[in-house]
Amino acid sequence: MEEEKQKKDIFETIWDFLASVKLAIAVFIILALSSIIGTIVEQQAEPAKNIALLAKFFGDSAAPTVYNVFAKLGFMDMYRSWWFVSFLVMFSVNLIVCTLDRFPKTLRLVKTPLRPLAENVVRTLPVKKEIKLKTSLKTAKDEFLNSLNSSGYHVLESNEDDSVQLYSQKGRYARFGVYVVHLSIILILLGAIIGARFGFGGFLNLPEGQVSDVAFMGEGKTIPLGFSVKCNWYETRYYEGMDTPQEFQSELAVIENGKEVMRKVIEVNSPLTYKGITFYQASYGMVPNAVGYFMLTVTPNGGQPHTLQLRPMESFDIPGTGIRGTIVNFSPALTQDRRTGALTTYSEAMVNPAVAIEFQIPSQEKFTGWILKRYPGTGALPGGHSVRFDDYWGVEYTGLQVSKDPGVWLIYLASIVMAVGLYVAFFISHKKVWINLAHEAPGGKGPVRITVGGSTSRNRLAFEKELEHLVSKASHAIEGRSKK
Amino acid sequence: MNSSTFFDISAGAYIAAMIVYIIYLVTRNKNVGLAATAVTGFGFAAQTIAFIIRWVVSYDFWLTSNPASGFVEALLRAAPLRNLYESLVFFVWSLILIHLLIEFRYKNRSLGAFVTPIAALALLFTDISGTTKEIQPLVPALQSNWLLFHVLLSFLGYAAFGVSFGAAAAYIITATESKREKTYIFWSLIIGIFLIILVAMGIDFMSLSAAERKELIQSHFLKATFRSSSGGVVAASWIIALAFIFVLWQFGLGLKKVLNSLAVTPQMLEEIEYKSIAIGFPLFTLGGLLMGAIWANSAWGKYWSWDPKETWSLITWFVYALYLHARFVGGWRGKRVAILAVIGFVAVIFTYLGVNLVLSGLHSYGSG
Ligand code: HEM
Repeated sequence: MEEEKQKKDIFETIWDFLASVKLAIAVFIILALSSIIGTIVEQQAEPAKNIALLAKFFGDSAAPTVYNVFAKLGFMDMYRSWWFVSFLVMFSVNLIVCTLDRFPKTLRLVKTPLRPLAENVVRTLPVKKEIKLKTSLKTAKDEFLNSLNSSGYHVLESNEDDSVQLYSQKGRYARFGVYVVHLSIILILLGAIIGARFGFGGFLNLPEGQVSDVAFMGEGKTIPLGFSVKCNWYETRYYEGMDTPQEFQSELAVIENGKEVMRKVIEVNSPLTYKGITFYQASYGMVPNAVGYFMLTVTPNGGQPHTLQLRPMESFDIPGTGIRGTIVNFSPALTQDRRTGALTTYSEAMVNPAVAIEFQIPSQEKFTGWILKRYPGTGALPGGHSVRFDDYWGVEYTGLQVSKDPGVWLIYLASIVMAVGLYVAFFISHKKVWINLAHEAPGGKGPVRITVGGSTSRNRLAFEKELEHLVSKASHAIEGRSKK
Repeated sequence: MNSSTFFDISAGAYIAAMIVYIIYLVTRNKNVGLAATAVTGFGFAAQTIAFIIRWVVSYDFWLTSNPASGFVEALLRAAPLRNLYESLVFFVWSLILIHLLIEFRYKNRSLGAFVTPIAALALLFTDISGTTKEIQPLVPALQSNWLLFHVLLSFLGYAAFGVSFGAAAAYIITATESKREKTYIFWSLIIGIFLIILVAMGIDFMSLSAAERKELIQSHFLKATFRSSSGGVVAASWIIALAFIFVLWQFGLGLKKVLNSLAVTPQMLEEIEYKSIAIGFPLFTLGGLLMGAIWANSAWGKYWSWDPKETWSLITWFVYALYLHARFVGGWRGKRVAILAVIGFVAVIFTYLGVNLVLSGLHSYGSG
């Protein structure tokens, strides 16, 4: 017997510890403070970076040693370190145990029916008011009942010989608001666990025109997609007259069993999802040493446009004009030097692509002109003919973030749950109002003494105003009636 | 007139309001109080007009580069909440709005002397930080409705936290009995550091050429004072700063008498402090954390990646969660929770500015 009691005590002690808000406060502080470390030390970075950072604080000679100590403590990948994760687990356990501990009490509180109170107890409630009116008990009761009902209170009454009590409440389910908020936090943690366990995050740099059936995870690890994805084209669109990107776009096609099953132009903020795997527009770049195709549209004056696809140094004709062009040069980012006026390339990226074409026009001398993709006016030829430079295709790749997160729907669900919970917890309160009505003198004589008292789970000031309003509304109505 | 004219009018009005509110605290003259509210309301009206004009201009700007865009899309993309400058200005607008509502509701003007300085400092900050005020084209990652609501709600939340900070700062004063109390020393330190950093940035600003000012935050932050290359300047800066904090500590308590004589009760301040957090917390949770995460997921394919900005939002959130639990369940009251309200807002500022100023500076190790 003795031993059993002791055991139970230990269990209870542990339970109380895990359910305590003191522990919650401690864990909040620990999580907040330790998270700071991870924002100072760069996470998952190359050692050299953080050694340089530490040298600012500890000096060049001590930095490597400090780095090693920090690395041992897990600071370099802190949010995944065993101790940080342990605190997160502690946090969840605390939240769950605390909820299990308190929920039954709240449930009882909500379920317990409201009881009438003695008049002198009503006077001691946190919010109270007392008035006297010359009227009958019945009129006073009716009007206060009306007033309570129209404010949304659920009213009960108890009648005695010389007095009546109206006792009422509303918003008792608001007491569950905090539990809804806490539940949503558990859902988020659950969603995160599912994502970490069953999802992946990888990347894929896919050149224009190429197909892949895997994504990459770093260190050469690959993840099979279960289907193939093809990049039809990649393009950066710029704001007119500026080098500020307006949109990064790629057209992707999903190929399964040799058939194209889906095609979509993706942008930042508008990914493609197929069979739970999502492709995000994350970056872009030039494929080293790639030779692509020049995509041109030529239009004879008044004639039909023709699209062409040409290799470097290839030639083409503008139909019906005798004009012949040869592609002789390319620049990904052409500009004119402000001082010398010479044409130069100012970036490796395709910021302002331009193609140089050598034109041979009958009975004229050969000349070479640059045609810029972003400025179609540069392709106007004598005689009203034109050449448009649509793209230098096959030299860029699109950088895709490839991820699968089967837990993400839980995160979305939890967001909604949390929004509802926060609303209920903060903006709805559980209010109780008792109104005692009694004649001043025994035997139904004298004015009616009205004693109002109430309590609220939050927003006391607003509750005071509400009661004030409720009482004045009823007493006006009563006075109005007695005048008639 | 364009939006910057109206904006300058409102900035002037807020600074004037701050002065009038302080005069009101000192003279306790009713008419002065009325004037303070009038000036604030005038500034608020001017800023609202500035905000609308800027929105309309951005709307036209968006349509010229995206002619295919529909009305609603263009309207959302044009919302002037897109960079540091615009968001700080919106913060000020929300702060003043909440402040006016509180003034109306509590029929007491004295909080103005604590809230208008936050507004004035934020405006001053937009000037001295050298952030660009031009209407900029929206880069691809920012073209998202989630992001818009994320910014909108976060800043409303930050403004509510700002009010709670003002109330908590005033509360600590009214509840202080002696200058030796730790909470009061803490108060002097925090308020002192705030003012010192702003003054130091003002000195940075004045010591720089117009072109360099654009980079104040990235490369010249506090270089004219605490981080100067001259040891003498650094030493002098520290001495002056410490002296300033000492003076603040020595005379700050004088505010208590003033507040008392204006019928500002500690209960009222505590209630405003709590109420603002009760409004700010849901807004920040929803807008700051959840919508931020949803936006990140739709743009980058990851709703949470522990980057410094996200982590600091989480830290801020923990501080306010701590406030709520300590108060409601732990039974903490008074100065102890007021300190949490102050720390919470310090975390807000750090989340918004410090992460960009301090941490990115640390991480750009090449340019040191
Ligand atoms: C960051 C995570 C958390 C959030 C966002 C959160 C949110 C909330 C909110 C909004 C309230 C209502 C406060 C009010 O009435 O003003 C609340 C109450 C409460 N929380 Fe949390 N909470 C969190 C974590 C925890 C943890 C870990 C515990 C563990 C002990 C806990 C225990 C409680 C308790 C006991 C209450 C009071 C419930 C009642 O009134 O009956 N919370 N929480």
